[in-house]
Amino acid sequence: MTTATMQIRNFRRFDGLAGASAVFIMIVLLSGFAVPWISPYGSGELREDNLLEGPSWIHPMGTDALGRDLLTRVLYGARVSMTVGIGTALIALIIGTTYGLISGFKGGHIDDFMMRLVDIFYGLPDMLIFILLSLLFGKSIGGLLLALGLVTWVRFARITRGQVLQAKEFVYVEGARAMGAPHRRILLHHIMPNILGPILVTLTFSIPAAILAESTLSFIGLGINDPYSGWGTSWGTLAQDGWRAMRAYPHIIFFPAAAIVLTILAFNTVGNALRDLLDPRTR
Amino acid sequence: MAPFLLKRIFHGVAVLWVVATLTFVLLRLTPGGPFDRERKLPPQVVANLEAKYHLDESFYKQYLRYLTGIVRGDLGPSYKYLDRGVNEIIRDTLPTSALLGALAIAFALAVSIPAGLFAAYRRGSWIDRWLMISASIGISVPHFILGALLIWALALQLNWFHAARWDTFSSAILPTVTLGAAPAAYLSALLRSSLIETLGEDFIRTARAKGISETGVLFKHALSQSLIPMLTVMGPLTATLLTGSFVVEYVFAIPGMGRFFITAVTDRDYPLIMGVTLIYTALLVSANLIVDLLYGFVDPRIRSQ
Repeated sequence: MTTATMQIRNFRRFDGLAGASAVFIMIVLLSGFAVPWISPYGSGELREDNLLEGPSWIHPMGTDALGRDLLTRVLYGARVSMTVGIGTALIALIIGTTYGLISGFKGGHIDDFMMRLVDIFYGLPDMLIFILLSLLFGKSIGGLLLALGLVTWVRFARITRGQVLQAKEFVYVEGARAMGAPHRRILLHHIMPNILGPILVTLTFSIPAAILAESTLSFIGLGINDPYSGWGTSWGTLAQDGWRAMRAYPHIIFFPAAAIVLTILAFNTVGNALRDLLDPRTR
Repeated sequence: MAPFLLKRIFHGVAVLWVVATLTFVLLRLTPGGPFDRERKLPPQVVANLEAKYHLDESFYKQYLRYLTGIVRGDLGPSYKYLDRGVNEIIRDTLPTSALLGALAIAFALAVSIPAGLFAAYRRGSWIDRWLMISASIGISVPHFILGALLIWALALQLNWFHAARWDTFSSAILPTVTLGAAPAAYLSALLRSSLIETLGEDFIRTARAKGISETGVLFKHALSQSLIPMLTVMGPLTATLLTGSFVVEYVFAIPGMGRFFITAVTDRDYPLIMGVTLIYTALLVSANLIVDLLYGFVDPRIRSQ
């Protein structure tokens, strides 16, 4: 068993807030994916007799301008946000760690060149690159994942490379090399376990960053624009609907907004706890 | 100093060139053109439009034309605003965005320095805990939600401010707070942890031993040391502010560059998109350069290298 997994097993170090956040994330995740079975309303079910109703027992979050149940729509939105957040993080993880591993392991001119490229990407505002990329990839959820992943990978590349450079100096890695272990073995068996912790922390932080970016873009009208996919409407789009009706019906913006803030806050809290847990220096 | 400066300026120009090229290629690869309408335009009209904007030329010729334009400081015509070029649009909107950004940084510093100092000074107290909890919430709240909340509470409910105006000082307060809240939260937390680290150093103990008052130690000895990490994050912070300004300008209907960028994207006004992207990159590159120079100014050890 690697050190990282051993430390993750040590869940008792999690404080109460981080535990509550993790539970909250699980609830949002599960209910988001189970909503087609648990909600008595369809995501697009229009009811003309109860437009713009406030919260009640039948509609805990009220209804929107077309009479749709807002709780159902928020839960479908959870499915969108979680898909975007986790999907982006995984894409970025795969691209970034591969890039960082190669760069750090090869060293020399190759490393210099690869990192110069990362520096250029790293300095630019995420949202700018993201908007430009989403023009190219289109406004479907797949295109969005790709665009967000291509923005986020540089963080993984930097972290991974730094960790590889550090791990390369460890005596036991030198020992393994002296005993003639092949590159692949050194990478997978000796360096990977060491860098899992920091990568896991970066992974946790890139999920809320992706959710934030996606909902912001949807709010300003540049996000997913695929109303017929049935996957759900983004929280950002729901908030945009509420924004236009905020003066008279504040509940329509309140619930999606609260969902966004609480989810991002929960991920950040878990991320902080994980960082303290896995990084002995901050303890 | 001079070689360092030259090297950095060269690097900045290289970044600008890479961004200009990437944006150009990206927008050429993008499916759909600026002259796509719900109702198809007659082919002759499209051909004329393409000839007017040199879109009928080869890829390389267009690219060269675009690059020479940038070098001469001409960002080209706008497809959407026929009476104004990209240069004029940026000239009209950049000052507004710059003012908003400057106000937000000023707000962030005005909040974070006292908050960070106080939290570090009273480390572990309930005020410290409360400040740090609000900082972590501040980092998590998206701009558009904070903006909407402020408008709803302070403009619509209490009528203290106007919801969407950009003329008097009071109309700038809500956008400034919205844009500056996340940097303020981030900087407070950063200053606190860096102060706590500095306060554990030997020279602080020496200063205390010499009988300097606790506030003297904090302000004269600890604060100046702890400002260096804050300077380091100013570059990335500028990037965050630029991104945030899109959203804040959208929410508060401020006629700045970010709002024009958003409409340019929906209109597929390619020259305007490329122009604004380049200006953002140039701003960012110069912010990073200034930070690097200041860094050497604040810390003599770096200057000597």
